[in-house]
Amino acid sequence: MKILVAVKRVVDYNVKVRVNADQTDVDIASAKMSMNPFDEIAVEEAVRLKEAGIATEIVVVSAGVAQCQETLRSAMALGADRAILIETTELLQPLAVAKLLAAVVKNEQPGLVILGKQAIDDDANQTGQMVSALTDLPQATFASKVVIADGKATVTREVDGGLETLNMDLPAILTTDLRLNEPRYATLPNIMKAKKKPLDVTTPEALGVDVTPHLKTLKVTEPPVRSAGIIVPDVATLIEKLRNEAKVI
Amino acid sequence: MTILIIAEHDNGSLRKSTLNTVAAAQQIGGDIHVAVMGSGVADVAQQAAAVAGVSKVLTFDDAALAQATSEAIAAQILSVAAAYSHILAPATSMGKSTLPRVAARLDVAQVSDIVKVESADTFVRPIYAGSLLATVQSMDAVKVITVRTTGFDAAAATGGSATIEPQTVQAVAHSARFVSSEMAKSDRPELTAASIVVSGGRGLGSAENFHILETLADKLGAALGASRAAVDAGYVANDLQVGQTGKIVAPQLYIAVGISGAIQHQAGMKDSKVIVAINKNPDEPIFQIADYGIVGDLFEVVPQLTAAL
Ligand SMILES: Cc1cc2nc3c(=O)[nH]c(=O)nc-3n(C[C@H](O)[C@H](O)[C@H](O)COP(=O)(O)OP(=O)(O)OC[C@H]3O[C@@H](n4cnc5c(N)ncnc54)[C@H](O)[C@@H]3O)c2cc1C
Repeated sequence: MKILVAVKRVVDYNVKVRVNADQTDVDIASAKMSMNPFDEIAVEEAVRLKEAGIATEIVVVSAGVAQCQETLRSAMALGADRAILIETTELLQPLAVAKLLAAVVKNEQPGLVILGKQAIDDDANQTGQMVSALTDLPQATFASKVVIADGKATVTREVDGGLETLNMDLPAILTTDLRLNEPRYATLPNIMKAKKKPLDVTTPEALGVDVTPHLKTLKVTEPPVRSAGIIVPDVATLIEKLRNEAKVI
Repeated sequence: MTILIIAEHDNGSLRKSTLNTVAAAQQIGGDIHVAVMGSGVADVAQQAAAVAGVSKVLTFDDAALAQATSEAIAAQILSVAAAYSHILAPATSMGKSTLPRVAARLDVAQVSDIVKVESADTFVRPIYAGSLLATVQSMDAVKVITVRTTGFDAAAATGGSATIEPQTVQAVAHSARFVSSEMAKSDRPELTAASIVVSGGRGLGSAENFHILETLADKLGAALGASRAAVDAGYVANDLQVGQTGKIVAPQLYIAVGISGAIQHQAGMKDSKVIVAINKNPDEPIFQIADYGIVGDLFEVVPQLTAAL
């Protein structure tokens, strides 16, 4: 079975992002970039399925600027076999990415598609669901356990009140939650090997997808900052403050 | 302009998240309809019809929808979507899993997790774990939106008298199938609806130690929450995780115990009215947003606090 994994290049989760001078966008020009953490989990899951003999090939795909090649190389260093970059300098919104991925799904015919549940930059939490809708393949979002057997996937999902288990025929679309697995680190030999793995570059035009944005960002601002309050010396003072000053107990 | 809201419920009662979503719809303005999907949802439909500001309730009532998958919910919405300018759902597991499917099928963008309505086409939403706010304008004919429930006060549950209209239920192909669910049972208030939340982090050190927070929570009538580190370490179940990728809470009082206050945790709780931090390290970021802080060992402070209440 072939597994397709989508990976996004995002500002590293440790970076404190800032607004640009005219408040129209996020200033990420010099920020450290990394693979979206949920996508690392997606790659790891695919690698484990390959190690378990369930998957035969892992194809990673990313859409965006030329530098996304680095993200794809790191996915290959973790164990993916080949990569596809859909290169564009257009700002890609989730609907556009979903259409691009749906086109790749059509070409590649994978048995399973794994995406992160959300990207930590736009926090949109949409792409996997949209790919599922566009390809007419079943979806399981927020997966924390995946079992593949007899051409079916049994997926435990993290939902508001607890866990839910779904069963679906393959091919299917999964999005990963934090506790699906613990991603490994790439070793130096694997990083070297990844440099030689095949990486194909295509474009939205070649895939016949219109990526024009549907949302216009009018403004990006810092939320009002919460200022630090006071340090109280003891529990008695805390209770007094909560009762009489804040009036919350 | 007519707005459709996808109700969140448990086949017996309407969840409060639906009322928050109605409040967002009221700010957009226009007629408000609520879609209730499930099995044996007559009571839920009555409750939805009573919500202030709702003019019509559409019911999709079928045994097949008892544990409706995202595919099934989306299919019902799509069957009536043509009549609406806006389609809204709370940004819960249900809304997040379902609405992007609707948006994709309608070939429109989804505006996720809005916290503010600027106008009928312009909304404010947090990005980068809530460290920034983006104001976005939808250029689509239909606006598909999920609503962050803590961003909007609940609409009144009574005062409305909407008409109830049963709809034809659509069958779905190529769908996942529901197998089972394992819902956490608790006598404490629900995390996202509680007015006091007591949350614990890695500082608790073990699942057993977490009990000292349970005692405190029970004394305060509070819900229990946790950081990701505490959940990953197995101290508590993952439905208690508060944060960017867990639950978003904004109670009257949030007590963070043994939590460092990483940006991803703050994303889920910094809109709380009053924040208390209990941590032995005065340099932790949690103290920069806490109204009241106690620097000390939680194993001394928490029992003292519990005893003194
Ligand atoms: C993609 C991504 C998503 C994430 N999503 C979330 C999320 O939704 N929610 C979330 O919480 N985190 C999330 N995180 C993780 C986050 O970055 C932090 O790692 C996490 O919040 C840390 O949890 P903690 O504060 O419990 O642990 P730590 O950072 O280890 O802090 C433990 C604290 O306990 C204190 N302490 C220890 N012993 C005692 C004692 N005896 N008395 C008093 N204080 C004590 C320490 O001083 C310290 O401040 C996410 C991370 C990533 C990369």
